[in-house]
Amino acid sequence: MKKLLSRFHWPMWAIILGVYGLVAILIEVDIINAYYRITLTQIGISLIAALGLNMILGLSGQFSLGHAGFMAIGAYSVAIVTIAQPSVIGWFAGMLLGLVLTVVVGLVIAIPTLRLKGDYLAIATLGSGEIIRIILLNMKITNGAAGLSGIPQFTNWTLLYIFIMFCILFMARLKFSRFGRAALSIKDDEIAAEAMGIQVTKIKVMIFVFGALFASVAGSLYASFYYVIKPETFGIARSIDFLMIVVLGGMGSISGTIAAAIFMSLLTVFLQSFAQLRMIIYALALIVLMIYRPTGLLGSKEIFVNRMFGKKVKSSGNSSS
Amino acid sequence: MVQFAQQVINGMSLGSIYALVALGYTMVYGIIKLINFAHGEMYMIGAFLSFYLITTFKLPFFLALLISMVLTALLGFVIERIAYKPLRNATRIAALITAIGVSFLLQYSTMFLVGADIKVFPEGFTNRTFNLLGVGISLKQILIFSVTAVLMVALNTLVNKSKIGRSMRAVSADKEAAALMGIDVDRTIAITFALGAALAAAAGSLVGMYYNTISPLMGVTPGLKAFVAAVFGGIGHIKGAMLGGFAIGLIETLVVGVGYSLMKDALVFFVLIVVLIVKPSGLLGKGGREKV
Repeated sequence: MKKLLSRFHWPMWAIILGVYGLVAILIEVDIINAYYRITLTQIGISLIAALGLNMILGLSGQFSLGHAGFMAIGAYSVAIVTIAQPSVIGWFAGMLLGLVLTVVVGLVIAIPTLRLKGDYLAIATLGSGEIIRIILLNMKITNGAAGLSGIPQFTNWTLLYIFIMFCILFMARLKFSRFGRAALSIKDDEIAAEAMGIQVTKIKVMIFVFGALFASVAGSLYASFYYVIKPETFGIARSIDFLMIVVLGGMGSISGTIAAAIFMSLLTVFLQSFAQLRMIIYALALIVLMIYRPTGLLGSKEIFVNRMFGKKVKSSGNSSS
Repeated sequence: MVQFAQQVINGMSLGSIYALVALGYTMVYGIIKLINFAHGEMYMIGAFLSFYLITTFKLPFFLALLISMVLTALLGFVIERIAYKPLRNATRIAALITAIGVSFLLQYSTMFLVGADIKVFPEGFTNRTFNLLGVGISLKQILIFSVTAVLMVALNTLVNKSKIGRSMRAVSADKEAAALMGIDVDRTIAITFALGAALAAAAGSLVGMYYNTISPLMGVTPGLKAFVAAVFGGIGHIKGAMLGGFAIGLIETLVVGVGYSLMKDALVFFVLIVVLIVKPSGLLGKGGREKV
């Protein structure tokens, strides 16, 4: 833990606590009112899920279009448990259940499908996401197409921020570790990575499951904020939303994903009454971006806060992790 | 038994549709190794063009079908030129994301232009059901079978006998060598897209006539299922796509017939995952090795 924190100098801490405090005060004095709180939560949830997708897409170079399916698992677990047991302990138990289920389902999907390459993987994960959705649609306990309603609300700014920070730190530590570098080498050249002794399948499966866990956490936070969840909330369109955030921010870039999640969620709010126009803009943006800047705006680069304050980051070595 | 035969007939007519769409996937994949996610939208646009040709211009069904095929082929050609051609040498993921973008662009542009509601496709002729030993086969189904058969024979002849078919096969086998032999690779690829789009448009129009309803999102699920069909039969093989289409249509209809209609979409994807694990090259695929 000490080591995990030692790499962050005071500007980082100032920003992490500053953003939290500022938003908390703004909520307290009601400048961020109930309406803006929805947007704020939307940003946080998209960010967590998109970070998970970015791990899969940006670090190991695999493709997943079934991300919303894992979000559904987290959401339904929390919903079912907290409706029966409406307490904070119930919430954590539900989230934990979601995480366990996600690991199981993620492994079941990942182990066979990650043997596939690129496009096949995209279709297989898309299919898996659809299968999860259709199963939720047909189960008794999930109340079919009507979904679950009356879920107690636990998600607030503090809880959301803790999870956002945890996910960012987790991914940052992963990216600049030996494990992360191994994943990046798989993305660049799988055969060469394998020849260098990297256990390609193991790393791909692990990253896939990590990414799925992020989505599950996002789903848990989603369910206990919006009161209502339905299977159709977690369809292909949502997976595409996350894909859009990752692609826009840059595949492999954490800071890019943060910026893109904020930007895209705000854009969604502004264009709320023009839902079709919004999708047309997204689609055009995807096409143009892929033609002119296929790695996304930031590529896999990061914006280091520390560097802005003139402190040199010890070049991302830390070979011992 | 009669019931089963009836399900087979229904499954085959649905399968014909999937087969027509799957052909486009398989041809495009065979030639540039891209899953054209926007292919299901060609099917949707074909259906809408036929719809407007029949309702606004009062054309008979067959003429509308033909014009819709030609127009959709043009659209396929243009999309290839604008969206996919600049990505010829990009990574597979970039091309795939572009295809997803094109798919969404077409869906929502159509929705923007014609509205999101379901439209009723005009009948155009009186449907009748013929009775063969207790098994009913409707005029619509006969129409689907005959159009599909004609198109498949035409495509097969085109690919195997004509000059453009030969250049398509050459580009699919080795792009660079084909270019060195004087084949215009870009033109061949664009024509492949156009052909696939025309077949999808035919399928879309037939579906409009068969089920009487069309909507801007009608292409998503059949598109994915047709892709599964193409993989099932062995992607890149034209005969495989036909076989796969019929197989998926039959599987789906039989599952519904047994009473699991809600699970039919899940089952199709399950078939895909099983095929990809057991025999990724599909029924007719040879299973080449990935070159280092």
